[in-house]
Amino acid sequence: MSQRETGVSKLLARLAKITSAITLGLLPTAAWAQNGQPEPGAIGLQESVTPIMDSTIAFHNGLLMWIITLITIFVTALLIWVIIRYNKRANPNPSKFTHNTLIEIVWTVVPIIILIVIAVPSFGVLSDQMTVPDGERKYLGSNIFSRDSGEVVPAPELTVRVTGYQWYWGFEYPDLEGASFDSIMLSKEEIAESKPGQPYLLAVDNELVVPVDTTVRVEVTAADVIHAFAVPAFGVKTDAVPERLNETWFHVRKEGLYYGQCSELCGKDHAFMPIAVRVVSKEEFAAWAEIMKAEDDVAAANVTLASLN
Amino acid sequence: MANATAAQNSHDAHDHPTGWKRYVYSTNHKDIGTMYLIFAIVAGIIGGALSGFMRWELAEPGIQIFPGLASIVYGAEWQSAAALDAGKHMYNVFTTAHGLIMVFFVVMPALIGGYSNWFVPLMIGAPDMAFPRMNNISFWLLPPAFILLLMSMFFEGPPGGMGTGGGWTVYPPLSTSGQPGPAMDFAILSLHVAGVSSILGAINFITTIFNMRAPGMTLHKMPLFPWAILVTAFLLLLSLPVLAGAITMLLTDRNFGTTFFNPAGGGDPILFQHLFWFFGHPEVYIMILPGFGIISHIVSTFSRKPIFGYLAMVYAMVAIGFVGFIVWAHHMYTTGISLDTQRYFVFATMVIAVPTGVKIFSWIATMWGGSIEFRTPMLWAIGFIFLFTVGGVTGVVLANAGADRSLHDTYYVVAHFHYVLSLGAVFAIFAAWYYWYPKMFGYMYNETLGKLHFWVMFIGVNLIFFPQHFLGLNGMPRRYIDYPDAFALWNMVSSVGYLIMALGLLFFFASIIESVMKKRKAGDNPWGEGATTLEWTLPSPPPFHQFETLPKVK
Repeated sequence: MSQRETGVSKLLARLAKITSAITLGLLPTAAWAQNGQPEPGAIGLQESVTPIMDSTIAFHNGLLMWIITLITIFVTALLIWVIIRYNKRANPNPSKFTHNTLIEIVWTVVPIIILIVIAVPSFGVLSDQMTVPDGERKYLGSNIFSRDSGEVVPAPELTVRVTGYQWYWGFEYPDLEGASFDSIMLSKEEIAESKPGQPYLLAVDNELVVPVDTTVRVEVTAADVIHAFAVPAFGVKTDAVPERLNETWFHVRKEGLYYGQCSELCGKDHAFMPIAVRVVSKEEFAAWAEIMKAEDDVAAANVTLASLN
Repeated sequence: MANATAAQNSHDAHDHPTGWKRYVYSTNHKDIGTMYLIFAIVAGIIGGALSGFMRWELAEPGIQIFPGLASIVYGAEWQSAAALDAGKHMYNVFTTAHGLIMVFFVVMPALIGGYSNWFVPLMIGAPDMAFPRMNNISFWLLPPAFILLLMSMFFEGPPGGMGTGGGWTVYPPLSTSGQPGPAMDFAILSLHVAGVSSILGAINFITTIFNMRAPGMTLHKMPLFPWAILVTAFLLLLSLPVLAGAITMLLTDRNFGTTFFNPAGGGDPILFQHLFWFFGHPEVYIMILPGFGIISHIVSTFSRKPIFGYLAMVYAMVAIGFVGFIVWAHHMYTTGISLDTQRYFVFATMVIAVPTGVKIFSWIATMWGGSIEFRTPMLWAIGFIFLFTVGGVTGVVLANAGADRSLHDTYYVVAHFHYVLSLGAVFAIFAAWYYWYPKMFGYMYNETLGKLHFWVMFIGVNLIFFPQHFLGLNGMPRRYIDYPDAFALWNMVSSVGYLIMALGLLFFFASIIESVMKKRKAGDNPWGEGATTLEWTLPSPPPFHQFETLPKVK
């Protein structure tokens, strides 16, 4: 990205912001605004709570959706035009032309320009996703055309190791003396009993607990076959591969429960190993971490969570 | 052509076996092409039925269909926990088999084995294929391959489940230690045999196209369909051996203690994904390039106008074929490949949009200024252009690793590849069916039934796949037998779309039956002056041996 804000990039940035706002307004997701899980009848991305998902949404809703919609409308309009104007009745005598150098150059060059317009923010969004913050680097957030106005994300203060098993997740906190627990999906009966109101196929017994406004480094691996750790509201998806450590990160700005689902085919219960992340205040997390560190007992630690229903 | 009548008179006793020998021993490209088409229709009914069960299961949240199905098919105790587990695995077996069948036993046999066998020799003015006996074995390897795949569904896969449920991508370790039973070995052997069949076919097409064009037909005068097949054959020849190598390594990992993909022995499961997609990505172009050729001819014929930008169309296909080989890791953005690697694959993948755009716009330019007649094949061709555009633009979205992070392995991807394949390639197959039906079988189809088939199916497939974009954007992962209630609405719409599509297919079969009963003679060229390629100079159906005196091309 350029150091100075040129007129064009300013214009594009504003355009992206406006269009992103319009598009978001069209989506039911924004209207019902319940974070961290899919919404009935929704047609768009889940709402963002991290800088990474901010940029993904700005990129998809603010730029890509407009470009692909306009291209599709343009091609459809051309098809309708030739159908109306050049059918047998309207145009009984076909012309025989087979070349037009100018138009051929135009329809080669214009798509290249469109792709460049896509590529510039695309590489920015991608670089952000793949770079763990060091406390100095600026992240695009929803301002995908201008790095200068981006936000600094603090360096990671917590590491969690995620392991995919057939068919549940294991979470380990190397910073808390290696405290760990398993996270298993709840049946409908178990939800009614212990976590009423939580969505079936997403709710688990023990959520991954992390503090709000904190950068969390996630190391992802698997014990048996390949799984994938994904939380849509965070814009995170990383394959869990046996004997390999994949790294990702997130920085959540809003407390709450966020759900994801295993995203790599892993056998018969692939659909039944959801991921649930409970984002709590820093104080709550400190208390929770204390017990985890001392006793490595997730049930005891979870009792301290005020937000736990 | 003057030789047509001569050819007709000379197709006497010699080299014209009758009865079952005509087909089993066949060395005739048209008979073999017909067998491929029948094979593809049979496999298509089976592959389509599998997806019907999937849509039935997914119509509502919860697990309704598959446990019962597992009890009926595999004898698991009715409504037991074992039946539930068997049913969950069976769903994965169905998605796996649906994918493999549609790719290897429907789209490829129809486009490459069927239409290419029939029309590459006719369009280049050749009497037959270069290696007629090899052509025979190419076809006859397919039924055993298909039977092996179907058999795999009745052998143990993982403990407690029958068949292989590792997805058509068969990633290890799920396809090795994850499914120790013999089902996976049957599937691997099936792919080997189908692969040999395709490689032999590819060699045959390349040789035929390079050496047997009619005098005067230089490569730059060759019609676009043979051009598409030439590019496709090269893709097959270069990519299938890589798949064969990869699945052979999978086989030895499973059975002979090697560790190519097992980290415990120094192997790497991600290596398999690289090898698979080095084949898998060209494979998607293998399925769509023949369709590109077909659509060009149909658009030109019914616009009564020559193809716009012929050379650009040729080299757009060559470019798509070439670039198709260097974009494979865009299927692997989430596997942990490095930032720089992802940047390269984003860039390379987006490049493909340029030659693809050239093709879309050139088809429209071919229609521009034309005198378009909306016969059934033309409806399918226009439908193809629209649907392929939709599938193409979502491909541009997915090319961007930054957006793909959210969409990878969700229903958005399912929607995308069904728009280009189930709606793109399959619409090309039906376009070609109606376009060449009179030529192949000598009878005219019924326009009303053909058009009904188009419209009902067009509505149906859009209803199936468009809402899947919404599901994917909102986060529904693919290959799921059950989903949270929030995804219920669009899944129901999608399943209703399936029923409408299935209704459309009834018109397809009705149109075949009607045409065979009514026996309306088609004549040499039912499409008029717009149809300029050599097959329309021959009678319908063409004589058993054509072009015994080679046509001269100016």
